Amino acid sequence: MPTTQTAAPSLLSTSRYEIGDPIFKLAVLACALTILGLLGLIVYELMFRSAMSWHAFGLKFFVGNNWDPVQEQFGALPFIYGTLVSSLLALLIAVPLAVGVAVFTTEMCPRVLRGPLSFFTELLAAIPSVIYGLWAIFVLVPILRNYVEPFLARTLGWTSLFQGAPYGYGMLAAGIILAIMIVPIISSITREVLTAVPRHQREAALALGATRWEMIRVAVLRNARAGIVGGIILGLGRALGETMAVTMVIGNRPEIAKSLFAPGYTMASVLANEFSEATGDVYLSALIEIGLALFLVTIVVNALARFLVWSVTRGQSMRANLA
Amino acid sequence: MTVILVLVPLIAIFGYLVYRGIGSINWAFLTQTPRPVGEPGGGMANAIVGSAFILMIASVVGVPVGVGAGIYLAEFGQNRFGDSIRFTADVLNGVPSIVIGIVAYSIVVLQQKHFSALAGGVALAIMMIPTITRTTEEMLLLVPQALREAAYGLGIPRWRTALSITLRTATSGVLTGVMLAFARVAGETAPLLFTAFGNQFWNLRTDQPTAALPLQIFSYAISPYDEWHRQAWAGALVLIVLIVSAVAAVRFAVRRGSFGTT
Repeated sequence: MPTTQTAAPSLLSTSRYEIGDPIFKLAVLACALTILGLLGLIVYELMFRSAMSWHAFGLKFFVGNNWDPVQEQFGALPFIYGTLVSSLLALLIAVPLAVGVAVFTTEMCPRVLRGPLSFFTELLAAIPSVIYGLWAIFVLVPILRNYVEPFLARTLGWTSLFQGAPYGYGMLAAGIILAIMIVPIISSITREVLTAVPRHQREAALALGATRWEMIRVAVLRNARAGIVGGIILGLGRALGETMAVTMVIGNRPEIAKSLFAPGYTMASVLANEFSEATGDVYLSALIEIGLALFLVTIVVNALARFLVWSVTRGQSMRANLA
Repeated sequence: MTVILVLVPLIAIFGYLVYRGIGSINWAFLTQTPRPVGEPGGGMANAIVGSAFILMIASVVGVPVGVGAGIYLAEFGQNRFGDSIRFTADVLNGVPSIVIGIVAYSIVVLQQKHFSALAGGVALAIMMIPTITRTTEEMLLLVPQALREAAYGLGIPRWRTALSITLRTATSGVLTGVMLAFARVAGETAPLLFTAFGNQFWNLRTDQPTAALPLQIFSYAISPYDEWHRQAWAGALVLIVLIVSAVAAVRFAVRRGSFGTT
């Protein structure tokens, strides 16, 4: 009986089967648990090492605007302000551009251009942030200083947002470089969400006599709204935590100024600049507390974004798998 | 119209980078260590090697864990627990790199009492793991279920199926994920600032401060010296070329490899 003979060795191997499988499962489970462990470790380390500053300043830490390492007085408000303003400025510039690019590539673009276009936007995402910063220092800042900022001051100076000496370095430069960096993120997610809108929605709108623009507005953008917002928030998360490019152009002065021309400081850049030089435990602890705050904010922002993107693309991908 | 607005900075950045970079790159730049201020010449050879060294540590630590977790999610993770791991990985992906730097500082640098290549490697590994996990899982799920069932039908145990059938079939995809994670961390500066710290000299010891290309670019870019600005551009060009060629090489290899396996 040849069949029983060939079956025999694999039946015998059940002993190996019984040992090998649990070991394998344990090994990969350990890897998976590492991920949970890493997150736990981050939370623990940040909280443990910032405890000293938390005890010393309490909630005053987040509303005080006096950052004085020599006197050991630490208030993080200027950094929080800088992070928020530069990120919101970046969103203001990036969102219309990113959504525009995504709509163009999914709805109107000739097929030949589609590949190269998405390749280019991905390439933008692959450039390290230190190189963005380098470019900003030597190209963007001089342009702002010599042309854009004087122009804005002349035409919009009365709004008090565009006042003061045009240094080039400052909040405006940080906002623009951040915008350039987050456009690829927002547009790639928006593109994903837009392609998830079912085809028949578009066809129905067109059949009702909608023009192409009306079809995009009513059928596509409205359906994909939650996902697009998710993409925008994901971009915001990236902008909040972005360090190098911002540090290089924002001017690094812990002050709250009304004008966008004035230098500012962000939470990430104060860490980059002062962490390795921090002398004294309270100083270090205060810096880590800034890190903790930054971490918590980005976690909340990212979780929100994931949830929104999921809510749109989830049903779609399941349908796509069935088809 | 909007597309043009987006493409302008891209072309401007690349064009300017190549223009300034080509003009400043030379043999000395690639083979010598930095000279003191005011002395012309010198290069970033130690930073290039240091970057490679730190990335090697990061890959040795990060790739097995990331791929292992990806296998877990694909093979055993179709449940609540798997979902929570997936979510954690996504969250970890969004943690600002500078915060990862703080954590690596407190778990490695504070224990060793000084800045080191190991700390830099650990920081970058933490950044690589979630990306690799998610792409590995996606790639493994693309492998047809029938292939697994055929293996089980032959009496092959589950672990051998996962390793030598599923993972092997998905090799090219998994490698792409690894390379993308690699490219992403190769240009990271923020987590290295207070882990690897930078160094003006050669170093290949895991417990000593080490130069890295992005760090060197950063410190030269914010310096007031023209000579250093020139070198920062050259360094940026080298960095971009390394990243792009790494990604392109894998794309190429994958394209050829996948024809072989299917």
